[in-house]
Amino acid sequence: MREEHLLLIPEGAVHLNETAAHVLELCDGKRSLEEIAAALSLRYSGADVADDVRELLEGMREHGLVVDVAA
Amino acid sequence: MSPPRPYTLVAELSYRCPLHCPYCSNPVDIGGDRYRAELETEHWTRVFREARALGVVQLALTGGEPMVRRDLDELVSAGRAADLYSTLVTAGTRLTRERAALLKAAGLDHVQVSIQSPDPEENDRIAGIRSFEKKIAAARAARELGFPLTINCVLHRQNLDRIEEILLLAEELGAQRLELANTQYYGWAVVNQEALLPTRAQLERGEEAVKRFRARVGPRITVLWVLPDYYEELPKPCMAGWGRSTIVVAPNGDVLPCQAASTIPNLALPNVRDRSLNWIWHEADAFTRFRGTEWMQEPCRSCPLGRQEQDWGGCRCQALRLAGDAAATDPVCRFSPYHGTVVAARESAQTDEFTYRTMRRPSRV
Repeated sequence: MREEHLLLIPEGAVHLNETAAHVLELCDGKRSLEEIAAALSLRYSGADVADDVRELLEGMREHGLVVDVAA
Repeated sequence: MSPPRPYTLVAELSYRCPLHCPYCSNPVDIGGDRYRAELETEHWTRVFREARALGVVQLALTGGEPMVRRDLDELVSAGRAADLYSTLVTAGTRLTRERAALLKAAGLDHVQVSIQSPDPEENDRIAGIRSFEKKIAAARAARELGFPLTINCVLHRQNLDRIEEILLLAEELGAQRLELANTQYYGWAVVNQEALLPTRAQLERGEEAVKRFRARVGPRITVLWVLPDYYEELPKPCMAGWGRSTIVVAPNGDVLPCQAASTIPNLALPNVRDRSLNWIWHEADAFTRFRGTEWMQEPCRSCPLGRQEQDWGGCRCQALRLAGDAAATDPVCRFSPYHGTVVAARESAQTDEFTYRTMRRPSRV
């Protein structure tokens, strides 16, 4: 079986691409969005990924897959 | 074309259940000899391992009432050991805090508790047994132990008007998910169809209530609203397509592509006592017969909407029941020559209108 990233939720599974899986790994309830973006940026040779990370997390929040503990 | 990979194993551990719900999707012959000999713990443990090897990630422990199994804790542990995300689908009457704590320790991931109605008396009347208080206690115990909780309420004509109360009860219980599945007409629901089929007006009010609730509550609670397909004009992708994502294992070890497939005659059901799940998924006639699109007849074969790989022809069991042929187009489809049977059933349920007693020419009010 090829490697894949699945987020298991009650009675469902969400396929994550490589980037989404990295972002989710960084969501530990402590790091801020900026810190997550900064950590991810290191993996992508310093590219500015803040907007992409914000968009991704907002989409996941709307689907109830992550919660914003600061909110 | 590479074969599809299954995601979900539906483990029907036992057809025994303290409840008597008139819409149950279990076969109507659950009391028959063929279901008497239930699988042993070792069979299920092997089935869970084989399912994981095929790609399955979700395990639904259901029935009947799965909590009648004395080895349930062991089965939950086996699911955990096989790296499956497990859901206990229960009526809740036996889920005390103590039992829930043991299941948590065994590695259970998620609990789904059914209610028949948010009104205690109506709940007990539909379930055919006093059960409401225990269900509520079960849901609370699950939350207190930190389980994600799904409340499930099967909807029909006799409880649809309480949809606002159902939504509020799920919110009050702290559920993360609410499954509002309108009755699908298989198993016992066929026997009770005339007492269950809702009116269109009820469905419209229900859908509006769900929309308002979603707007207010947001992603905190996921509400699944499944329209009864009798009110659709195009078929649903039943089971996400035959033999494409789900494996159902009955209490006696029979393996089916869906819970209702035992109604299809001449479909030899493989059994996990005789065969590996791998062989069954890839080779058994019960799984390959309606997989993909090759088996399709007209009008599916030349579908004017090109939906062959969207709805996969709809439901085989419904095609059998309404068109007399399991390989026919699902009569829910407006292109099916048997679509009239669905329209007729729908119209027979529009009972909101009275024909008033009169000695004159009947008038509609």
